[in-house]
Amino acid sequence: MLRIRCPVCGLRDETEFVYGGDATVRRPAHGEADPEKWVEYVFLRDNPRGPHREYWHHAAGCRQWLVVERDTLTHAIGAVALARDATPEVRS
Amino acid sequence: MTSQPCRLAAGGRIDRATAFALRFDGREVGAYGGDTLASALLANGVRVVGRSFKYHRPRGVFSAGVEEPNALVQLRQGGRSEPNSRATTVEAFPGLEAASQGGWPSVNFDLGAALGAFSRFMPAGFYYKTFIGPGRGTAWWMFCERFIRRAAASGHVAGARDPDSYEKVNAFCDVLVIGAGPAGLAAALAAGRAGARVMLVEQDREPGGALLDQPAGGPGDAWAGAVLAELRAMPRVRILTRTTAFGAYDGEVYGLIERAWDHVAAPPAHQPRQRYWVVRAGAAVLASGAIERPLVFGNNDLPGVMLAASVRRYVNRYAVLCGRRVVLCTGNDSVYPTARELAAAGAAVTVVDLRADLPAAFTAGLNVLAGHAVVSAQGGKAVSGVSIAAVDAASGQTSGATRALPCDLLATSGGFTPTLHLWSQRAGRPAYDPARFAFLPVAGRVPLLLCAGAVAGEDGLAACVAAGFAQGTQAAQLTGRSNTVGDLVAPATGDDGWLREAAVVAAIRAAGGQPASPAFVDLQHDVKRSDLALAHREGYVSVEHLKRYTTSGMATDQGKTADVNVLAGLAELSGVPMAEAGTTTFRPPFTPIAFGAIVGREHGRHFRPTRLTAMHDWHVAHGATFVDAGSWLRPSCYPQPGEGLAEAAAREAAHVRQAVGLVDVSTLGKIAVQGPDAAELLDRVYVNAFRSLKVGRLRYGVMLRDDGFVRDDGTTARLAETEFVMSTTTTNAARILGQLEHLLQTAWTDLRVQVTTVTDQWAAIAVAGPQARRLLQAACEGADLSAAALPHMALTYATVADVPVRIHRMSYSGELAYEVYVPAGFGQLVWTALLEAGAPFGAAPYGTEAMGTLRIEKGHVAGGELDGRTTLKDLALERFASTRKPFVGAVLRQRPVLEDPARPSLVGLEAIDRTSPIRAGTLLFAETGEIAGHGEGHVTSATFSPVVGGHIALALLARGQTRIGEVVRCVDLLAGRTVACRVTAPCFVDPEGVRQNA
Repeated sequence: MLRIRCPVCGLRDETEFVYGGDATVRRPAHGEADPEKWVEYVFLRDNPRGPHREYWHHAAGCRQWLVVERDTLTHAIGAVALARDATPEVRS
Repeated sequence: MTSQPCRLAAGGRIDRATAFALRFDGREVGAYGGDTLASALLANGVRVVGRSFKYHRPRGVFSAGVEEPNALVQLRQGGRSEPNSRATTVEAFPGLEAASQGGWPSVNFDLGAALGAFSRFMPAGFYYKTFIGPGRGTAWWMFCERFIRRAAASGHVAGARDPDSYEKVNAFCDVLVIGAGPAGLAAALAAGRAGARVMLVEQDREPGGALLDQPAGGPGDAWAGAVLAELRAMPRVRILTRTTAFGAYDGEVYGLIERAWDHVAAPPAHQPRQRYWVVRAGAAVLASGAIERPLVFGNNDLPGVMLAASVRRYVNRYAVLCGRRVVLCTGNDSVYPTARELAAAGAAVTVVDLRADLPAAFTAGLNVLAGHAVVSAQGGKAVSGVSIAAVDAASGQTSGATRALPCDLLATSGGFTPTLHLWSQRAGRPAYDPARFAFLPVAGRVPLLLCAGAVAGEDGLAACVAAGFAQGTQAAQLTGRSNTVGDLVAPATGDDGWLREAAVVAAIRAAGGQPASPAFVDLQHDVKRSDLALAHREGYVSVEHLKRYTTSGMATDQGKTADVNVLAGLAELSGVPMAEAGTTTFRPPFTPIAFGAIVGREHGRHFRPTRLTAMHDWHVAHGATFVDAGSWLRPSCYPQPGEGLAEAAAREAAHVRQAVGLVDVSTLGKIAVQGPDAAELLDRVYVNAFRSLKVGRLRYGVMLRDDGFVRDDGTTARLAETEFVMSTTTTNAARILGQLEHLLQTAWTDLRVQVTTVTDQWAAIAVAGPQARRLLQAACEGADLSAAALPHMALTYATVADVPVRIHRMSYSGELAYEVYVPAGFGQLVWTALLEAGAPFGAAPYGTEAMGTLRIEKGHVAGGELDGRTTLKDLALERFASTRKPFVGAVLRQRPVLEDPARPSLVGLEAIDRTSPIRAGTLLFAETGEIAGHGEGHVTSATFSPVVGGHIALALLARGQTRIGEVVRCVDLLAGRTVACRVTAPCFVDPEGVRQNA
């Protein structure tokens, strides 16, 4: 079981969270009309081996969306930040 | 009490004051407190305890611990019956009943043993070759499987319900120490002294590990006693015995099973049989020791062939002498203390040592045959002698003539294999160390899981204690606990390990040949050394393939005594070093665990929390039947005596259209959307516009996913300029809130808006029917409910029974209808007040079944239609999509494939034979033609319609909206039933909306 250090609630079990997908993809601007950009955002994902940034939702806790650094090879959890505070560098 | 021929008159760690009987295969067996089932059987001279899995060969107790491959029994009876219980770990208790497995009619006379004569026709891969293959499919296997399973010597699952309870404990500690042998005790002591919160877990009934195998009352006991006394005095140290750490997981989470009351016939009242501990540790020390490696030679599975360290445990711990004429065969030093202890207990002992040069100190006073090995064992149902020959200690190859040596016990030690399962569960494959003849954990691979003692390849008691103390200190430091730990001196017991000049061989056999047959590598699954050779010849050279093809290591013992000999055999056959042969993958659980323990109390209705509405008690009191909706329980209908579900639903639905009904709609998701940008958020997530919605008005909205499919629908009320309440379908509520939060916290962080679930804060009651207004006018104070003051899709405030409520005028049924929102604590009060006020108008409750009937009649979409595969166009909701603003899903919904006019779209269906029910999920085919493939669509919702007077449905039909009036067939391929239906518009009642706008 992963344990994630929520910036609000502290170290909590994975079972309190909902996985939210790849945090490195950037949602196109609202109103973006180019279908290519939406197809890329909705459907295309890398499958990296090693460090990765993911969205996790502390659904059974503070309800904050987090950007969690997770190593897909070892499952080691690295830095965790509130998604709203994550700098564009962290997110992309 | 029955006599115990193999029990010593004195000694051991058993409680001779507590003598009792247990039953094995119906026979009474005397035992003492502290015995295991296996030690009691051995004390009573029981040699054959089971039959082997495949060839039904007689088998006896082989070991004294969790690694036992042979002595598997069916334990207890009735609902408590448990198969494949290892007799070596089952604690004896008065009244224990156990049965051997596999033998028929008995283990001593097993007709299935005839199979053994055919064993050369059942080689590795026998089942694959015989039953599955090109041209055969799997049907032949599926037919034969039941007979093969019956022939296999395994236990059976209890058919009856388990009468006992199990519980789950969540626990936290700084340092978890797994194993309370010398290394584990030292580690726990160091961590405890350093100030850490320590959990020390031991699978045995008492701590001590290998120290318990030494003669009682020696220096090991004194040492362990002192360490335990110090640990027990530490308030932050918890010692759990009878507890197995079965799994190591990410995040330093460990799964333990505590067999709290397995050592008695039945748990005391209100006590769980087992506890499942989920431990979150700061760091862990694995001190799980090592398991002895058997030697591979001919007939090495005979009853009376045992592991040497286990024989030592039986004599010193249980005062059981497993044989009177003992041959100990080994290539290492570990058996010499055993040899002397057995001799002291009265046995005639011969040590057969592969090594030619032995120090005089070892051989003094013992009968030792240096440079020899056992080539094969002889005997029928028990060993009666061995053949020995001169051997080359490096290769295990014998030469010269064999000679016979009579004996009644053959104890072997081929070395020791570190018990690194838990480490490997986390870290993957271990590394082979040729100097220690073992796969070892790689230090640092899992930074917070340290290994200490024999599991890390340390040899001898002093080394294990030192390593345990050092790793315990380090583990505490890793969790920030670094008080002074002092030192710890190991006991001087003379147990100096096994690695000095050890000879370790894959098998004992003649030069250039194979071992005398049969020579087993995996006792539990009857895998012979010759099976490895065959599999290798057939190309199964990868260890993972070999394992599956031969099934070695796949039995309930997971190859604890087998794996290393299989790997050594594979390495030899492939001509590669052990390091290149590799290991298979270790997965939880370390030893078999009961499903009941993992499930705990989370079964049936307690599998997940059940959500109840504020009016639940009223529904129960008035005879409602309930249905699961997400985690909610909702009334499906209120049947009257003699009514079934369908009749009750039809009656309730008809009543709503004729008079007035009340339905509990509290479970709909309710999300408060508040802030200056509240309208902007709604404009973005709904396809239609909300900025233009006036305060005090309602609007139906549809939302899409980013990929353009419909996600959900619901009605949103504007309570103030900056405040809305959005409603969602019951089952989508949590997901939609999470999605809104995602958008606001990741992409649209500039929007000043807050979303909050208020589902539980508000009870909601829908009042529907031509008498709905009169009912509310009778019940409400302070509101003008006239059609002019409160038109369709408007809201107002009132009080009912002095409770302030909010009333939305909106309709799901197509009737004049309202939804009354009540603070949840007053839900039942207002519900009953409305029913009382409505009595003169015939007010009656209705459930979700009637609600479904009403909405199908009206053609409103719900779960069956909103299945994640439908678009606005499919559902005839295209008119809601704004062309003046972007919204979620606006771009991808216009993908050409989703615009295809041939896509199935929403229609109504009316059964031509009005009495024929239509079934949701059935496929649609044209009126004539072949029924093949997936059809032209499917039925999404179906009901009996009192208004139509027949069965109707909503369906998705290819080009549906152009086919009104056509006849189609609804084909239920499972039931073989076809219903002819006429295609209609999806709305069956009041398409102009006269009734709802009344």
